[in-house]
Amino acid sequence: MVVSAIPLTAKDYKSEVKPTWCPGCGDFAVLSATYKALADLQLRPEKVVVVSGIGCSSRIPYFCNTYGTHTLHGRALPVATGIKMARPDLTVVVMGGDGDLFSIGAGHFPHAARRNLDILTVCMDNQTYGLTKAQYSPTSFVGHKSKSSPYGTVEMPMNPVLMALASGASWVARGYSGRPKQLQELIVEGIRHKGFAFLHVQSPCTEFHNTYNYYDARVQDIPKDHDPTDYMAAIRLAMPQEKTLLGVFYRSERPVYEERLRAFEQIKVEFDPDEFLSRYG
Amino acid sequence: MPKSEIVIRLGGEGGEGVISTGDIFTLASARTGYHVFTFRTYPAEIKGGHAWYQVRVGPRPVLSMGDQVDVLVAFNLEAYEKHKHLLNTEEGVLIYDPDEVTPEPRPRTVFYPIPFNRIARQDLNFVRGKNVVVTGVLAGLFGLDPTSLTQFITQRYKRRAELLDQNLKALEAGLNYAQKNLTKADPYYLTPTERVGRLVMSGNDAIVAGALTAGCRFYAGYPITPASEILELMAQTLPRLGGTSLQAEDEIAAIGAVLGASFAGVKAMTATSGPGLSLMTEFMGWSGMAEVPCVIVDAQRAGPSTGMPTKLEQGDLNHALFGGHGEFPRIVIAPGSVEDAFWQIINAFNLAEKYQTPVIFLSDQSLSHRTESLLKPDLSKVKVVDRIQPTADDLANGYERFAITETGISPMSIPGTPGGMYVAPGLEHDEKGHVDNPLASHEKMVPKRFRKLETLQKELEAPPRYGAPDARIGVIGWGSTEGAIREAVERCVAKGMKVAALHPKVLNPLPEKHLEQFISSMDMVIVPEINYTGQFARYLRSVFGIPVVRINKWGGLPFTAGEIQRKIEEVVNGR
Ligand SMILES: Cc1ncc(C[n+]2csc(CCOP(=O)(O)OP(=O)(O)O)c2C)c(N)n1
Ligand code: SF4
Repeated sequence: MVVSAIPLTAKDYKSEVKPTWCPGCGDFAVLSATYKALADLQLRPEKVVVVSGIGCSSRIPYFCNTYGTHTLHGRALPVATGIKMARPDLTVVVMGGDGDLFSIGAGHFPHAARRNLDILTVCMDNQTYGLTKAQYSPTSFVGHKSKSSPYGTVEMPMNPVLMALASGASWVARGYSGRPKQLQELIVEGIRHKGFAFLHVQSPCTEFHNTYNYYDARVQDIPKDHDPTDYMAAIRLAMPQEKTLLGVFYRSERPVYEERLRAFEQIKVEFDPDEFLSRYG
Repeated sequence: MPKSEIVIRLGGEGGEGVISTGDIFTLASARTGYHVFTFRTYPAEIKGGHAWYQVRVGPRPVLSMGDQVDVLVAFNLEAYEKHKHLLNTEEGVLIYDPDEVTPEPRPRTVFYPIPFNRIARQDLNFVRGKNVVVTGVLAGLFGLDPTSLTQFITQRYKRRAELLDQNLKALEAGLNYAQKNLTKADPYYLTPTERVGRLVMSGNDAIVAGALTAGCRFYAGYPITPASEILELMAQTLPRLGGTSLQAEDEIAAIGAVLGASFAGVKAMTATSGPGLSLMTEFMGWSGMAEVPCVIVDAQRAGPSTGMPTKLEQGDLNHALFGGHGEFPRIVIAPGSVEDAFWQIINAFNLAEKYQTPVIFLSDQSLSHRTESLLKPDLSKVKVVDRIQPTADDLANGYERFAITETGISPMSIPGTPGGMYVAPGLEHDEKGHVDNPLASHEKMVPKRFRKLETLQKELEAPPRYGAPDARIGVIGWGSTEGAIREAVERCVAKGMKVAALHPKVLNPLPEKHLEQFISSMDMVIVPEINYTGQFARYLRSVFGIPVVRINKWGGLPFTAGEIQRKIEEVVNGR
């Protein structure tokens, strides 16, 4: 992480592009928490890359005064992997929806997590497909009626927190758009964490699936006595609960991928084509 | 008359050592000063099934794998049955195990029965040494220098003392058998000639060497035949150079990571074969739209679907040229030989960097896997191009990542550059990369992006031309068939026919000016390619509106020069 000399404020991370989200969309809270978190960390904007896939939530790079890529539906993690492997000096944050990261992109998620790249992945989970206008998503609850599930879904919802834990993410947490301050703190901690950090955010879609009331009544902080270094305890907390738990489930120290790959750097040599070709002589 | 140009074909059970015998023999011949050109094919399974290897050795440069087989080495009955019809009827040599094969009489063939299996099993008590026995026999018969063979075997097994000893004994046994029990009755001699330091490389080796020379420092791929060796060699080499390589979870992730690395400022490549190229197609469009350079090697194999993984087809040209949704500029390059693969992959990187587009590099199973001998490329001729980056002025004055320019090329800032921040978008966007007014942007941006190809097209050099200067019959080929086409054309010219060939390496954009000149000077154009539907022929027809005569081959094997020659003769003779 590179820290700026002149103190930066949240505004410095705001681009000239105005968000196009619907009024009240949960993603606004994630965006403003991101600005503030970047300011808390004093990261130089040119050293940050925000990577996203496709979906309402994935528009977020355009609203940030940082480098960014708005890639393909489900493909943010591979692109982020390449960026971080090639340039470990950059702070890479992946941001996207539940459909993006856990439906079409589900094949990439466990691999990014197990590699333990030093990136933060933020899933803005609205339990619906916002951009394509209200089909059900992989995190929709059983019985959820939507345009593509007129009789109610019969599929078990995916559990992103449990999946992150099972895949080997070394930092796993949950936030809620209705609790912006905590969200900001979690983003700060997630970026600071050295390794693959996963932040699951309940981020309601006011247009198609307004769950603010549902979550307001049901979110609760993870009990204070939870030890986030206890993997089994984290798994127990991540199992379906009466309440939707917020906070850090799990935290562990593990060598990060891009550094282990660079264990060779000490023997870094210039490529010598002449020598390379000689082995075929 | 003694002959030192020989086509040797070895056939046997997959996993029996047919390929490694061929490889050792090839390397030893090259080290003795000969030119070599090999072809190999083996079953997709690991063990079992039929494998064969052909090497053409000669004192002058060899351009193709050769027509008929001068020496057939049959490891088993199947090999004899499968290949006997190709054996030279005038001066053929059959080497076989009499315990396995009872050949039919052939009047002008020299027979060398050698009990490989018995020698390996009984004399040496080393069943797996059969292939080295065969290598020894070949060296003994044709006079190859045994010390270079000993060197190879020593190198290969230097860490496994017991195996080394057994293999050296096997080599010795083969040499001895040839010298004591066989009476030389064939005209073939590979006596040591002047020793020129030639390299023996496969197409995949050359692709890696060229890519690293061009500055590639990031590789991501997913294993697939016949491209896997590129992944393996990159994984071995890149970490020592401060680069990184990734065995991705699939081809989508591979190209995604390549584009991420490239966006971040590092030259990056992936390699795959047909099924993988299909998976990469969505990202090819993103590369075109976001103007992030990348090099995609497609080692074509026979399809459709998983098809024939270890067999050849030039079947992905349409995919390379047209695959993808929407319209975006892409550059397509196909090298003609192993040496050409080295130079063209450097070209691929340079064009990707300069034009900020995807570059699809079409190798194929025969080129990726075959080995050829070549002189070490003249490295002083290597030119490396880097993408243009915004100047301090650009950055200070409201930098526009996608600035509309006459050439279509806009300066590309890389992360870490203050003032150069932008989002690489897959959505249609304006000069700044903003996506809020797509209709107006699309109108301007489509031509801006395609202008890159127009700029490049003007710069394309004349493709190599072979044959008669005053030709009236033209042959236009692409990709790995170059050597066979050239040889066929040269044979026709030697017979007095007015034939010439042109072999473009950049297939999109086509070097139209040069092709037009060539085509307009011909009465007739012939297009040979290894596929059923004549993809290149149709492409040329669609661009130049001319009728062409097609020569198509499918079934998984390369052209021989003779096959092309016969067709050209048919055309010339008006049949
Ligand atoms: C390959 C592909 N398939 C489908 C789509 C259409 N599509 C765009 S966004 C989206 C779902 C978005 O849902 P989510 O990721 O949950 O994001 P949200 O819009 O809810 O924030 C879909 C199916 C696409 N762009 N690309
Ligand atoms: S549709 Fe839903 S998710 Fe999309 S912007 Fe509107 S409120 Fe947000």
